[in-house]
Amino acid sequence: MNASSGTYTATEMMTIAAARALTNRDVCFVGIGLPSAACNLARMTHAPDLALLYESGTLETRPRVLPLSIGDGELCETALTTVSVPEMFQYWLQGERITVGFLSGAQVDRFGNLNSTVIGDYAAPKVRLPGSGGATEIATGCQRIYLVMRHHPRTFVERLSFQTSLGHGPTGRERRALGVRTAGPVLLVTDLCVMTPYAETNEFEVVALHPGVTREQVIAATGWPVQFAERVDETPAPTSVELEALRDLHARTAAAHGAVVTE
Amino acid sequence: MSEFVTLSEAVSRWVHAGDRVALEGFTHLIPFAAGHEIIRQRIGDLTLIRMTPDLIFDQMIGAGCARKLIFSWGGNPGVGSLHRLRDAVERQWPRPLEIEEHSHSAMAHAYAAGAAGMPAAFFRGYRGSDLPKVNPNIKFIACPFTGESLAAVPALRPDVTIVHAQKADRRGNVRFEGIIGVQKEAVLAARHAIVTVEEIVDRLSDEGSNDVILPSWTIDAIVVAPGGARPSYAHGYYQRDNAFYVAWDAIARDRDTFQQWMDAHVHSGGKGSA
Repeated sequence: MNASSGTYTATEMMTIAAARALTNRDVCFVGIGLPSAACNLARMTHAPDLALLYESGTLETRPRVLPLSIGDGELCETALTTVSVPEMFQYWLQGERITVGFLSGAQVDRFGNLNSTVIGDYAAPKVRLPGSGGATEIATGCQRIYLVMRHHPRTFVERLSFQTSLGHGPTGRERRALGVRTAGPVLLVTDLCVMTPYAETNEFEVVALHPGVTREQVIAATGWPVQFAERVDETPAPTSVELEALRDLHARTAAAHGAVVTE
Repeated sequence: MSEFVTLSEAVSRWVHAGDRVALEGFTHLIPFAAGHEIIRQRIGDLTLIRMTPDLIFDQMIGAGCARKLIFSWGGNPGVGSLHRLRDAVERQWPRPLEIEEHSHSAMAHAYAAGAAGMPAAFFRGYRGSDLPKVNPNIKFIACPFTGESLAAVPALRPDVTIVHAQKADRRGNVRFEGIIGVQKEAVLAARHAIVTVEEIVDRLSDEGSNDVILPSWTIDAIVVAPGGARPSYAHGYYQRDNAFYVAWDAIARDRDTFQQWMDAHVHSGGKGSA
């Protein structure tokens, strides 16, 4: 891989590419897991003034380690202020104060609709997933949505088992009809590539491949016939500053939780 | 006015088979000790209400206390599934579990409506989600002024709400601090309220920040239960036992291991956490 930054994993590339999308001016509603790592990495590198909000009510939180849950004490102790959960959803999210919602899910389709509820039939599920949490209203209440997910044919699917959270809708055109004014998903970062919705159809297409990734890998990992933009760039490889910050963050997190946890 | 009672007395007086019981605390201040007492008293047929069922409802569902669950996010935070909840939904063990599933925003609004004495909550929600197709308690209504389509859900009115707080004073007023979740709304929405606390103090001081005070006359029972939120945490007293949340995954995955753990840590009358 890139000589200046040495070797790195596909997951590190994904987290770093996701972090780069956030700016110093953003107010970001952070989903737990992959989004949380990306959002805090952005705050610790190029976007020190990025305002991070978690659904536990912590506003402008600056955790030194990644929280295991959205309500870890670290989030409250390092927050500008902490509001109640009803206030969080009423004034801050529904009041449209938030520029970016950063989400993940168990399944995504080509229009950025998300499933985090069940695999299989709702009444007799093959797999019962945790459910919406904040996601259903985050998906429509934030000005725009960024998604970060590992690329796999079981997660990038032709048809969702259940549409927990609205992306651009089952045909890509439902937001306007439902009276939703916000932009919805405008970015999807995976461990293989970066995707954005094609303007005319709102179908996510590949706009950049991570270094060393081939089109064939992306095609094999996507459950629908994936499209590529007219011009496909190469994602800049992680810099040594980004990699070091991310690895330090994970090392501090593992030490704090007394166990190595997921992303 | 609140009464000071033991945990066993509070649960036997105010929690009855068939009740709608909310145990709130958003990751923080989860009333584990009270949940364990409900399990020990074998109170069944409950409708359990919590935004995030967490380990406490995984344990109560696995122990057979619940007929129905009202919730909005049923995972083990940062770890994965709640295996006892999944076993009940996917394989009806130890008994079938009816679920009423919402989003966080809906449950937060529904508690606030309950606290306000309203019949229902109205909010901008559930747009483009399949949840209204599987939950008949989600409806849409046109705003009488703008015509905008808004989601409506019934107010949550538990028979009893149980929460954990840091402190009560000797008159039975209660103080929460840190992440305050929906505790205030859940208490004010309920017919009865039990609060377990870390300690009783002479005076609820004004030190610290972000406190929520509930007056004594909003609460039925106060129980001194130090450590009563473990393995979750109590801001200013003890930290979240993240290692136990990770360990629970293996304990709860298997019915036998789960039952052995419950026998050793709950039925034996222990404090309940590892």
